[in-house]
Parts: sequence; C-alpha cells; structure tokens
Amino acid sequence: MYYAMSVEILARIQFAFTVAFHYIYPPLSIGLGLLMVIFEGSYLRTKKEVYHKLARFWTKIFALTFGIGVATGIVMEFEFGTNWAAYSRFVGDIFGSALAAEGLFAFALESGFLGILLFGWNRVSKRMHFIATLGVWLGSMFSAVWIVVANSWQQTPAGYHLVGDGMSIRAEVTDFWAMVFNPSSVDRLSHTWIGAFLAGGFLVISVHSWYLLKGKHIDISKTALKITMPFVAVVSLAQLVTGHHSADGVAENQPAKLAALEGHYADTAAADMYIMGWVDQKNQEVTGIKVPGGLSFLLEYDFDHPVPGLNAFPEDERPSQVNAVFQFYHLMVAIGMALIGLSILGVFMVFRGTLWNNKLILRILVLSAILPQLANQFGWFAAEMGRQPWVVYGLLRTSEAFSLAVSAQQLVFSLVLFAVIYSLLFALFIYLLNKKIVHGPDQTTLLDYRPNQAAASKIYEEA
Amino acid sequence: MDYQAIYTETIFGLDYPTLWFLVIGGVFTGYAILDGFDLGAGALHLFFKKEENRRIALNAVGPVWDGNEVWLVIGGGALFAGFPNVYASLFSGLYVPFMLFVALLIFRAVSIEFRSKEKMSWWRKIWDTTYTVSSAGLAIALGAVMGNVIQGIPLNEAGDYVGNGWDFLNPYAIIVGLTTLALFMMHGALYLALKTEGAMHDFVGLWVKRSIIAFIILFLMTTGYTMLFVEHMVARLKDNPALLIIPMIAMLSIANIPRLTEQRKYTQAFIFSSLTVSMLFVLSAIGLYPILLRSTLDPAYSLDVYNSAASQKTLGIMLLMASVGAPLVGLYTFIVYRSFRGKVKLDEHSY
Ligand code: HDD
Ligand code: HEM
Ligand code: HEM
Repeated sequence: MYYAMSVEILARIQFAFTVAFHYIYPPLSIGLGLLMVIFEGSYLRTKKEVYHKLARFWTKIFALTFGIGVATGIVMEFEFGTNWAAYSRFVGDIFGSALAAEGLFAFALESGFLGILLFGWNRVSKRMHFIATLGVWLGSMFSAVWIVVANSWQQTPAGYHLVGDGMSIRAEVTDFWAMVFNPSSVDRLSHTWIGAFLAGGFLVISVHSWYLLKGKHIDISKTALKITMPFVAVVSLAQLVTGHHSADGVAENQPAKLAALEGHYADTAAADMYIMGWVDQKNQEVTGIKVPGGLSFLLEYDFDHPVPGLNAFPEDERPSQVNAVFQFYHLMVAIGMALIGLSILGVFMVFRGTLWNNKLILRILVLSAILPQLANQFGWFAAEMGRQPWVVYGLLRTSEAFSLAVSAQQLVFSLVLFAVIYSLLFALFIYLLNKKIVHGPDQTTLLDYRPNQAAASKIYEEA
Repeated sequence: MDYQAIYTETIFGLDYPTLWFLVIGGVFTGYAILDGFDLGAGALHLFFKKEENRRIALNAVGPVWDGNEVWLVIGGGALFAGFPNVYASLFSGLYVPFMLFVALLIFRAVSIEFRSKEKMSWWRKIWDTTYTVSSAGLAIALGAVMGNVIQGIPLNEAGDYVGNGWDFLNPYAIIVGLTTLALFMMHGALYLALKTEGAMHDFVGLWVKRSIIAFIILFLMTTGYTMLFVEHMVARLKDNPALLIIPMIAMLSIANIPRLTEQRKYTQAFIFSSLTVSMLFVLSAIGLYPILLRSTLDPAYSLDVYNSAASQKTLGIMLLMASVGAPLVGLYTFIVYRSFRGKVKLDEHSY
C-alpha cells in the first residue's frame, strides 16, 4: 500500500513537472505564430520594410521557443505509456486516436513548414514564405486542438462505452464526433488558445516596451505596439468570456471541482464568490474577501440559488487539495482581470500617443510577459488538481492508473534526470532569449538565394 | 478468448489490425529512412575538423531534421491508438531506457539549435560533442529497442514487464544497436555526399566507404546471431521459401551501394540504402507478425495484433485519417525538400 502510494505520487509529480515545463513553450509558439502571421501579412499588403523586420525578428525568437517546445513535447508523447500504463490501456481506444491525429495533421504541418519559415526567407518567394508561416501557425493551433480534446475527454467523457471487466476494462469509441466535441472541448480549447495568444502578445509588448525605455528601435517598436496592444485588449476580454463559459461547464459536468474552485463546502447553500481568500480544509472554512452569493449569481443570475458544496459528495470523490485548487484558480482570475486593465490602459495610451514616454507604464509592461505564463500554469493546475481523484472523470481513479511495472526508484531517477536537464534548458533559454532581445531586429536587407535565380538579386528592397 | 473473431471488417482481404500493423511498420520505416540519415550525419559530425565543414554538415540537415523526427511522434501516436496495450507495456517496461532515450533526443535538438548561437570555440565544441554523442546514442538505442522487440521481453499475464532494470542490455540488443549505427552512418554519409562539394565531398565519400564496411560486417554478425539464437524470426522464412526473396533483395541492395558510390552515383546509392532500411523492416515484420511484443516467459502472454488492438471502430477511423493524412505529409515533405534542393549554402539564417 505504502509502495503503491509513493509510486502514484511520484508518477504524478514527475508527469506534472514535465508537462508544466512543456507548457511554458507551446503557448508562446502559438501566440507568436499568430503575430508573425499578422506582421508578415501586413508586409505583403503594404510592402513596408518595418513589418518585414518585425516578422523576421520574431521568427528568430519563435525558433527558440519552438525548439524547446518540440524537445520537451516528445517526452510527453511517451509519458502516457511510461507513467500511466493502466490509464493508457483504459483510454487508448479514444485518446490514442487524438494523439495520432495530432502527429499526423498538426505536428507534420508545423515541422514540415518550419524549415522554410526559418531558413527560407531568401530561398522561396515571399508568398510561399507567408504560406509557410501560416502553415506553422495553423499546425500549432491544431496541435492544441487534439491534445486539449484528449484532455477534455478525460474531464468530461462522451461518445464511448465500457467494454470488458476487471483489469481489462476499457473505454471504446461509439461516436467519434461526440468524443471530439465532448461537453468541455470547445470551451477549454478556446480558453487555452486565447491563453496562448496572451502569452505571445504580452511577450511582444514586453520586449518592445523595453526598447522604448532604452531608446532603441523606436519606429519598429511603436509599430509593434500599435498592432499588439489592441490585439491583447480584444483577446483578454474574450478570455473572460471563455473562462466564464468554462466555469458554467464545470458547474454542470464536474460539480465537485466547481465547489473546490470556490472552497464551497456546505451541502446546498447559496455559494459565495471570493476575490481572494484562504481555505482552512480542516474546519471547512474560507476566510477572505467575498461577494456573498456571487457564484450562485454568476451561474443562475440569482444570489440565493443553492449550489452543491463539497460535502454533497462522498469523501473519496472530492479533490483533496482544495486550498491549492482555490488559490490557483483565484490567481488565474486575478491575473485575467489585471491583463484586461493593463491592455485597455495600453490601447488608450498608444492612441493618445502618451505611452511612448511614460516610463512607469512601460516598466510595468516590460514585466507583464510573466503574467499570462503564470495564468496558463495556474489554470492547468486548477483544472487538473480539481479533477482529482479521477484520471477519467467518474470512470477511472488516478490511483488505478499508474504503471505497475515502474518502481519508485525509477521514477525518482527520471525526475532527477529531467530536473537537471530542464534547469539547464531553462537557463539556456533565458540566456539566448536575452541575447536575441539585446541584439534586436536585423537592420540588413536580404539577398535572394533561390536556386535558379541570379545569385544576389535583391527581392526584398528597402521601403 | 478469441480476439481475432472480433475484427470482422476487411479491406483487400486484410483485417483492420493487420492493416494497422502495416501502417505502423510503414511509419517506422519512414522514420528510419528519414531520421536515419540525419542521425547518421550527426554521428559523423565530430569527424569534420573545420568549422565551416561542421556548419555545412549541420545545415544539410538543418531545415529537415525536425520534420523527420515527427515521424517518430506519429509512430508513437499510431502505436498508442492502434495497439494501446503494446504502447503501455513497452514504454512502462523499458522505462529507464526510454527516459534516457528522450533525454538524448532533447540534447540532440538543443545541440542543433544552440551550437551556432555563440562564437566561442568552447561553446561550439561542447554542442558539437553532445550532438555527435546523442546522435550516435540514439541510433544505437533505436537498434537496441528493435533487438528487444525481436527477441521478446519478459511480460506477465497482465502484459506488465517483470524483468530486472538492465535486461534490455543483452548481447542481441547491443549488436543490433551497433548495426543500426553503422547503417545510419552509411545512410547519413550518402546524404551528406549529395549536399556537399569540393574537399568536403571527397572526405564524406571516404566515410561512406568506411561505414559500408562496418555495416556489412555487423550485418553479417546480426544475421548469424539471429539464425542461431532467435529461431522464431527464421521460422516463417523456413516455412515459406518464396519469402526468401526479401533477404535476397536486401543483400542485392546492400551490395549495390559500394558499387554505386565507386561510380559516384550518390543519388542512386542513397536510394539503395533507403531500400536496404525498408527491407530490414519488412524482414522483421515477416518474422514477428502477428506478434508485436513477444513474452519470453510464456508465448500465451505475448501481445499480438489482435489481443492488443484498439476497437474495430477506432481502427477504421484511424485508417481513414491515415489515408487523408499521409498524402498531406507527403506533400509538405516534397515542398520542403524541393525548396532546399541542391548543395548547402550558408547565410545569416543558417545554423
Ligand atoms: C495548447 C496546446 C498544447 C498542449 C496542451 C500541449 N501541447 Fe505539446 N505542443 C504544442 C501544443 C500543446 C505545440 C504548440 O504544437 C508544440 C509544437 C512546438 C512547440 O513549441 O509546442 C508542441 C510540441 C509537442 C510535441 C513535439 C512535436 C514536434 O515534434 O513538433 C509533442 C510530442 C507534444 N507536444 C505532445 C504533448 C503532450 C503529450 C501534451 C499533453 C500533456 C502536450 N503536448 C500538451
Ligand atoms: C500542458 C498543460 C498541462 C499542464 C500544465 C498539466 C498539469 C497537470 C498536473 C499539475 C497534473 C497533476 C495533477 C495532480 O497530481 O494533482 C496533471 C496530471 C495529469 N494530466 Fe495534465 N496538464 C496539462 C495538460 C494535460 C493534457 C493536455 C493531458 C491529456 C491530454 C493531461 C493529462 C494528464 C494526466 C493523464 C495526468 C495524470 C493523472 C492525474 O494526476 O490526473 N494533462 N497534469
Ligand atoms: C479572466 C477570468 C478567467 C476565468 C473566469 C477563467 C476560468 C477558468 C476555469 C473555470 C477553468 C477550469 C476549466 C476546467 O477545469 O474545465 C480555467 C482553466 C484554465 N485557464 Fe482560465 N480563466 C480566466 C482567465 C485566464 C487567463 C488570463 C489565462 C491565461 C492567460 C487562463 C488560462 C487557463 C488555462 C491554461 C486553463 C486550463 C485549461 C482548461 O481547463 O481550459 N485563464 N479557467
């Protein structure tokens, strides 16, 4: 028993560590990808060199985030089998097809065109290059689709039936589209996509605000902020909408998780909404600043509407880390609100022309890149820990899902291995990111190296 | 329980699990052909002494290695989807080797990505070394996994691995691993020969020869070992002599490679080394089918295409996906290789 416990916990820690590290990078790739498409598209439309420089500069940073995203993603691809063999057998029929589709439709598109995106600036025509940029971005969007669908299925299973019994029981697909469009897919996909746009958008804003503070690359930075500020303002508002939809969905499909998100214990009372707070799990109390009946109101537009609390569920069907779930969730929402405020202020100042010299706001914007990153991590931790004790909600417990063939020592070994490698990777990432940012956008124009072209004929003229 | 009876639908007379077995075999063959050459080129990297040559070698695989590696990701997904039991048993059973394997994959990706980002020679030396070591290590590891799959691993009734942690390092796995390394080095050297000019081209030609010799010697050793100690691999060939055509093709295509390189017909030689890779996979598939993961404890515990497969419905959906996806992947691959055809040229965007 003790042995089983420790293997389970180690497997969870190891998995959470590697997937959370992975999730630093994909959102940046997805978000930067969209902005690169916008920059390069503007260049094709207007022929203004400044857009071209922006696109090329951000492509170099993209190469960095993408590279690490791929390297750490391959780890994830195998970890369902290594850490969660029993789970893999249970969900393989359903989950496997999503993962295979991801490889076939998304990663192949991404990685295929990546070569042209990075190395093809002067080897293919401008239009072909734009198609490659678009392809890479769409590929990253699709890869989010399949993996989030798979994850959503385990949150809210649909379109399946159970076959077999005992150890060999598993879920099999009965309706593919019901499986894909399970009750939480659409909400969660739109929410993760937008989380990614925010991660990319605020990185762009942060870097260009820093240039403005340093008095470098002024024109290009103003152009970048004029595009990116309105972009993040729109998407951060949209994030509130998708987040609210997600919460509605959680209330309907995972009521125990909803109760944990707000630390709501009482069986059937109106539920409060906390701005911030602390859950005392022993005494089942929350202290903090709250809107009485707020959660009831958000769900049913009625402050007195009863919402089932944690005590309405059997002890072994509630998440055990209520305070952690509560904190992660509230930090995410707080950051969401902060991003809305910051981006609306930013848009206002960009169009009044007052941003360029406002050192205070620029400094805040420089630091802002970290916020969406944190919110993305907190969001996943809230969603995944709130789902406990289930791996597949209501069907398979986490305690039944791990690999029997793997020992605690092996898990510790790989945890240490990845802790070392990932620390190194992270240090390198920060070092090179910093270096590229300090170096700034290239000032040169490109020569044409296309095969069959007179070498060095200029296709990219200065505007 | 008769699992085979569940799978009633057929296409061209083959039931879905068998078809999916072929699809997965095809994906891993494609992976070995594509990533094989860039792993091989990586294993040769340290033998290039001049900085410029190292950059040329790196940029020869630069735009394509990531796309090549995706075949591994697709293969992993396809295995998970088609044969979830095999995916679960294999990866949880070979836990430590797989963790080391992905650690090598990470080091390799990072070496390629970071090496040319700094000018300092110690920086470049470090990444050159990790690049070569991880490329060679991966080639050996892939071969070793293949060796273990061919030989079988100790699986219990529930399909869980019950061996000790280091069983995967057995003589057969090691020798297949080294053979794979030599094969990939030959394959990679041929690829580099297509991508380089001048003195470097001649130097690469030298390595083509060296690795062919190493490969042929190791290949004969593997073959000998297989015939003597891994009877189930040869059983089917003995029963169906017509199938001997496959090893014949393999032998002929191997013999062709030195001849063509002698005549400096590198494109054709590269095609034949790709053919060699495919034939080796076909041979393994013939020896294994219908078993995917053999239990060395009791044949009844082995995972075959029927008792480990996903449901018929899922396999049907996946076959449909594959038939839509494969041409798409082919199309991108074609566009990318076409855009970067010809000899390598270095510019400011290169690694
Ligand atoms: C919201 C999106 C998202 C989420 C939730 C995840 N990933 Fe991811 N993944 C991506 C979005 C992405 C991405 C944007 O497509 C990649 C490509 C390169 C990058 O930086 O991230 C990526 C790379 C990537 C790769 C490398 C593919 C290649 O070679 O190009 C693999 C195998 C995975 N991922 C697998 C996983 C698994 C098993 C996850 C679940 C725990 C996971 N990812 C979560
Ligand atoms: C990429 C962003 C993700 C992050 C940051 C993340 C985070 C986490 C965390 C923190 C845990 C541990 C929960 C706990 O032990 O309390 C976990 C577990 C798990 N997650 Fe996720 N997750 C992510 C994506 C996914 C996706 C996309 C899937 C599936 C498609 C997935 C499947 C799982 C599984 C199988 C477990 C292990 C079993 C469990 O503890 O529930 N995760 N994840
Ligand atoms: C603005 C207010 C926000 C609300 C009301 C909100 C609401 C939610 C809810 C209810 C969930 C859980 C969904 C589930 O378990 O199925 C969630 C998850 C998540 N949130 Fe938020 N969120 C907000 C802002 C943000 C922001 C700003 C980000 C990132 C920049 C973010 C990123 C995430 C991520 C990555 C997840 C995990 C994936 C998922 O389950 O959808 N959220 N959010």
